[in-house]
Amino acid sequence: MIAAAFFYLFAGILVASAFMVIASKNPVHSVLYLILAFVNAAGLFVMMGAEFLAMILVVVYVGAVAVLFLFVVMMLDVDFAELKKGVLQYLPVGLLLGGIFLAELLLVVGSWVIGPGVPKAITAPIPTGISNTEAIGLVLYTKYVYFFQISGMILLVAMIGAIVLTLRHKERVKRQNISAQNARTPEMSMQVVKVRQGQGLGSNALGSNSVDANSTGSAS
Amino acid sequence: MTIGLGHYLSVAAILFTLGIFGIFLNRKNVIIILMSIELILLAVNINLVAFSTHLGDIVGQIFALLVLTVAAAEAAIGLAILVVFFRNRGTIAVEDINLMKG
Repeated sequence: MIAAAFFYLFAGILVASAFMVIASKNPVHSVLYLILAFVNAAGLFVMMGAEFLAMILVVVYVGAVAVLFLFVVMMLDVDFAELKKGVLQYLPVGLLLGGIFLAELLLVVGSWVIGPGVPKAITAPIPTGISNTEAIGLVLYTKYVYFFQISGMILLVAMIGAIVLTLRHKERVKRQNISAQNARTPEMSMQVVKVRQGQGLGSNALGSNSVDANSTGSAS
Repeated sequence: MTIGLGHYLSVAAILFTLGIFGIFLNRKNVIIILMSIELILLAVNINLVAFSTHLGDIVGQIFALLVLTVAAAEAAIGLAILVVFFRNRGTIAVEDINLMKG
C-alpha cells in the first residue's frame, strides 16, 4: 500500500515535471523541471531495487548534466520569446503523432508476455544477500569490463571534443610565449649605432629606427 | 493493488511520448530539444531497470549505466556545438542551421 502510494507520487511528479520541461516558457524553468524529473526517476529506481543507478542518476544528471544545461542557458543571450513563437503551429501535428505513439506503446504494454525461453537466457542473475552496488560491480568489472572501458573512452572523447570545440584564443589578449622569450638573443633586442659627430645618422641610414635617427640628427 | 512491471512500463511510455512531443513542440529551440532527448533516454533507462528487476537479471542495470554514460557525453558535445554555433551565428534557431545544406 505504502509502495503503491509512493509509486504514484513519484510517477505523477515525474510525468508532470516532464510535461513542464517541454511546455514552460522560460528555459531556466525547463532545466529546473528537468532536475525535478530526474530526482523523481531516481525515486522510482530506488523502488525498483536499483539503488546504485538511482544515486548515479542523481550525481550525473542533477549534478553534472542539468548544471551544464543551466550554464549554457544562462550564458547564451538568446531571445527565447522569439523561439517560442511558432509553437502553436506545430501543436496539432505533435499532438497527433504523440497520441498515436502513446496509444501504440500502451497497447504493447497492455498485452505483452515474456517468452518461455527468456528465464533460461538470463546471464547474470541478481544475487541475494549482497547489496545492489556490489552485485553490479561483480558483473561490470568481470564480464562487461570491455564495455566499461569503452564507456570510459566515450567520456574521454566527449571531454576532448567539448574542449576543442569551445576553446578559442582571443586576438586582443596578450599571452606569454615562453619559447619565444627563451629564444631571444641580445642581437634581437638591442642595436648599437655609431653616430658620427656633427653629422647625425641621416634619414636613410636606418630603416626601422628612422624616427629616432631623425630626432637624433635634428638635435645635433 | 501491487505495483508491477506494467506500471513502470506505462510511466516509461508516457515519458518517451512526452520527449517526442517536446521535440515536435519546440522545433526552434535546440536547448529544449536536447532536454527532450534526455527525457527519452531516461524513459529507456526506466524500461531497462524495470525489466532487469522483473526478470532478476542484473545486466539490464549495467546497460542502463552505459546508456547513462552515452547520454552524458551526448549532452556535453551537443551543448558545446550549441555554444560554438551561437558564437558564430548569434542565434540558436533550428531553421537557421543550414550551412551544410549545399
